[in-house]
Amino acid sequence: VIMADLMQPFWQGGPSPGLFYEYPGKWSSDVASPSDARNRTSQPTVTGTSVLGLKFTGGVIIAADTLGSYGSMARFRNVSRVMKVNDSTILSAAGDYADFQFIKAEIEQMVIDEEVLNDGFFMSPGAVHSWMTRMLYHRRSKFDPLWNSVTVAGFYNGESFLGSVDKIGIAFKSASVASGFGAYLAQPLMRKAIEDNGDNLSYEKARHVIEECLKVLYYRDARSYNRYEIAVVTKDGVKIEKPSSSKPDWNVANVVRGFE
Amino acid sequence: QFRNQYDNDVTVWSPQGRIHQIEYAMEAVKQGSATIGLKSKTHAVLVALKRAQSDLIAHQKKIEKISPHIGISISGLTSDARSLGNYMRSECMHHEFLFNTRLPVSRLVAAVGDKTQTPTQRYGRRPFGVGILVAGFDEKGPHIYQTCPSANYYNCKAMAIGSRSQSARTYLERHLNEFADCTPEELVRHGLTALRETLPSEQELSVKNCSVAVVGEGQD
Repeated sequence: VIMADLMQPFWQGGPSPGLFYEYPGKWSSDVASPSDARNRTSQPTVTGTSVLGLKFTGGVIIAADTLGSYGSMARFRNVSRVMKVNDSTILSAAGDYADFQFIKAEIEQMVIDEEVLNDGFFMSPGAVHSWMTRMLYHRRSKFDPLWNSVTVAGFYNGESFLGSVDKIGIAFKSASVASGFGAYLAQPLMRKAIEDNGDNLSYEKARHVIEECLKVLYYRDARSYNRYEIAVVTKDGVKIEKPSSSKPDWNVANVVRGFE
Repeated sequence: QFRNQYDNDVTVWSPQGRIHQIEYAMEAVKQGSATIGLKSKTHAVLVALKRAQSDLIAHQKKIEKISPHIGISISGLTSDARSLGNYMRSECMHHEFLFNTRLPVSRLVAAVGDKTQTPTQRYGRRPFGVGILVAGFDEKGPHIYQTCPSANYYNCKAMAIGSRSQSARTYLERHLNEFADCTPEELVRHGLTALRETLPSEQELSVKNCSVAVVGEGQD
């Protein structure tokens, strides 16, 4: 019995007859094996739809509804997609909600780090917009994008700021921005308001236009919701209003045909 | 045999509570030729006295541009200053790339302070043997900062470092109240006058041995 335990197979570890010897570990370290594969985000999961932003004289107004969609299901109906960065900057994101939460955590940590320095300097809206661009382009370059379209708004040194960055780092500044479906449905309405009012689009008018756009989006964008947050930034700082709802009136639907 | 038992390494304290290697490095700053920084409400100015090793060699550069809003003037080991200058440039560029904003002068100087501290505490390393005057302009206005090999840094109204700089500091102290409302030209004049105080009697200021830098509101 003891001899049987000590006995080794005659040709253990050697090459099979007719083959070369394979050194141990030859394939494990320098060549990717199927278990080394990592998944990157290839589609968003819980998503927010359009974010709207509009400059007016003396400030900027942005709006986003409070719906977190899971595909076409209206899964979470009271999530906030607007954040205050500091007294001069606000930010809102469409797209993957988890990625927005990640971006939010990153920015909040940067703001804390900056407060700790206590040197009187804070990120300007332009700085946040630039950082966001670097961040999103860096992630798309790792083929691991943050699946968001981010809107940055602010008021700094007497000037309004409104800019947008998408998930591959395309960035621009504009008097009005709208992501997602809003780019088709709301942007023309906001541009018309800007053209009609020249350089003096008042806060009241801008707000009216934004609320109208939200209604249009609610009726025509199936991923939107009639509960929304509006945030305003002026020389007096940032104000993010509590979520409010518009009253839906589906009488407009009587002209819709073909879906019965 | 040994003149001093406690100056072999930066990690060793003397019984008097001093670290001699750091103090020697501070002395290196005083060996360099003088340089002066001063500011008004709108501008910051650097002036420096350049030296040439011999008639065959050009004057050694004392003032360098770090970014459009920051300049430095050095006294001490030139090679150390160059490596710190490169570091400062890369910090400024990095900040501008990330935030599309100019790096606040106070933050740059704090970063230099952190960088220069490390070799004052680690075995086998030596302090940076250079003192720097940083002139910059940012959202909080013009600034003059002084950095030391000891990793201390000071926010200054006006400062002079380098050989025989005490007489320049005396001049600056005497005229301190006049600087605030000066034009940049008047600041340069004050700077050069202070710099003249540091000259040995047989030497005088010339276009060859002087170097001037100005930064201020709307002026890179």
